[in-house]
Amino acid sequence: MSDASETRPALRYKTAELAVAGFLFVLGAIVMADSWRLGARWAADGPQTGYFPFYVGLIVCISSAINFVRGLLIAKDKNRAFVEVGQFKLVLSVLLPSIVYVVLVGWLGIYVASIIYIAFFMRWLGGYAWWKVIAVSVGTNAFFYFTFEKWFQVPLPKGPVESLLGLG
Amino acid sequence: MESLSSLLQGFSVALSFTNTALMFTGIILGVIIGVLPGLGGANGVAILLPLTFSMAQTPGGQTSAIILLSCIYWGALFGGAITSILFNIPGEPWSVATTFDGYPLAQKGRAGAALTAAFTSSFFGAAVGVLVITFLSPIVAQFALEFGPPEFFSVYLLTFCAFVGMSKEAPFKTLASMMLGFALAAVGTDTVTGTLRLTFGTQALLTGFDFLVAVIGLFGIGEILLTLEEGLAFKGASAKINVKVVLETWKELPKYWLTSLRGAAIGCFMGIVPGGATPASFMSYGVARRFSKDGDKFGNGQVEGVVAPETAAHAAGTSALLPMLTLGVPGSPTAAVLLGGLLIWGLEPGPLLFVEKKDFVWGLIASMYLGNIAGLIVVLTCVPLFAAILRIPFSVIAPIIVVICAIGAYTVHNATFDVYMMVVFGIAGYAFKKLGYPLAPLVLAIVLGDRAEASFRQSMLVSQGDMSIFFANKLVGTLTGLALFLLFWPLIAWLIRRLR
Repeated sequence: MSDASETRPALRYKTAELAVAGFLFVLGAIVMADSWRLGARWAADGPQTGYFPFYVGLIVCISSAINFVRGLLIAKDKNRAFVEVGQFKLVLSVLLPSIVYVVLVGWLGIYVASIIYIAFFMRWLGGYAWWKVIAVSVGTNAFFYFTFEKWFQVPLPKGPVESLLGLG
Repeated sequence: MESLSSLLQGFSVALSFTNTALMFTGIILGVIIGVLPGLGGANGVAILLPLTFSMAQTPGGQTSAIILLSCIYWGALFGGAITSILFNIPGEPWSVATTFDGYPLAQKGRAGAALTAAFTSSFFGAAVGVLVITFLSPIVAQFALEFGPPEFFSVYLLTFCAFVGMSKEAPFKTLASMMLGFALAAVGTDTVTGTLRLTFGTQALLTGFDFLVAVIGLFGIGEILLTLEEGLAFKGASAKINVKVVLETWKELPKYWLTSLRGAAIGCFMGIVPGGATPASFMSYGVARRFSKDGDKFGNGQVEGVVAPETAAHAAGTSALLPMLTLGVPGSPTAAVLLGGLLIWGLEPGPLLFVEKKDFVWGLIASMYLGNIAGLIVVLTCVPLFAAILRIPFSVIAPIIVVICAIGAYTVHNATFDVYMMVVFGIAGYAFKKLGYPLAPLVLAIVLGDRAEASFRQSMLVSQGDMSIFFANKLVGTLTGLALFLLFWPLIAWLIRRLR
């Protein structure tokens, strides 16, 4: 990681602070708006449904606004790297496959998706021989299958492959 | 001495064959969870919680389930020390302070001594914590039987304000994170009127956000992403530990009795008020450095520097269960997950538990004594085995951990939507942690949100909307006053600094 392009900041603290504070402000505003729609005032029988969440949303907005301003005030020399390019690549190399994985869980069920996911990781990031890749990915999922479906009787999502094999 | 006879009763429950077996299973699983990056006490318990649903249906099963889960918690507390000392990677936030002196000791070839000191101090801290629970919790529960909605709301208020006042993070970040938790808790069906809130017409949001999914995402996926930044390989010292090293270290430890006692006291205090194990371990380390005659050598590998944070972390981790059991207010994220478990099993945490579910409460307390003894034996004998787990390459262990997290998130409600949410929470956890938004108040708010709101609304119904009900008597007034003081403490402290 001594390469200068790898230690270059991919994102600085100021940007990250502003993005998160801004995002939370929007969330807070949505909460306030929906609570107001439901009624956030006092009725004859006490606070209405939206009363509590309305003020929760309000506090989120106020705190986020303050955090946003504090983020704006970060001095240039104190604006460290939030994440360096090299680190960010590593993080993305796990995050992106994980996003694909959870989407696959919805289509293929958890077992097949997990086999593909573990195999992908070991082969492309670890560079293991194929027989090891298949042994670990299939073995782990066989273990999960017996633990959950047979032992604890907790059914996990299954897809077309399991029904083809008659396991679903 | 009613506690003692109840405790003996509890031992007879905890010592049954099934429960002893579960205790050891829990400890071993817990240490593994504590050692692995991305799996910690809170989300380890969260992942395994759905598996106890059917267990809790059988007679006596609720006690067995809580014994299993709490032992996972003790195991995780022990496990955190292993990675801190051997690999300089704190497996848990509360073992960060253990790395300061533990890792230098390991580099000097004294890993065995550091590990023995850490485990023994952990055990001592936990033992003090359990003693406090044994004798204090019946009194607190008795006292809390008189509580009405305003008292409970003021206790919740105090819990959350304590986060703002005592957290080392920026107060407005704590506030934003906490209120986000309350907002997430409000999603779904309003528990009082049955109206749908914040669901925006989607089916998936009808049941709201489950805190278990949030915990698995925030602490599991988020932690893995953070660990990744450090690179893919772990470099560690070898874990040689044998009887001779253990006995030699045990001979040295009595020298640090004062440090241990101070650590235990700090830990118990910080565990009961929701400060948590992490600040307790730092505080204890700081105090020990200041008062030790070798204080200037701290950081270069002092056994005392391992004793101080470990004692405090375990005392805090253990005593965090006291408010959870007696008041239904957890003192730490893991205690919050355990509280969620009680609710799911159909138990109502709080003072009534001590009256109606004696077997459960005292079985749990007795299992804390036994579980920590079991834990000490397991970790002292099996350290090399656990250290070997960390030598499994990251490209193998990381995807397996993600898969375990995904299964855990799915089994909460049998919903694939929760698996998607887990990744969203994971990204949020990564960003929040890096920017100093504390995660503990967020999780606690998701768990307690509905209950806090319900107690607020009940109080308002009683008082016809008059806020002065929160100052109506000495007790509730003191609690509310203390809460407001803690809430504004950052401002007060700032003003004091300005005036000097």
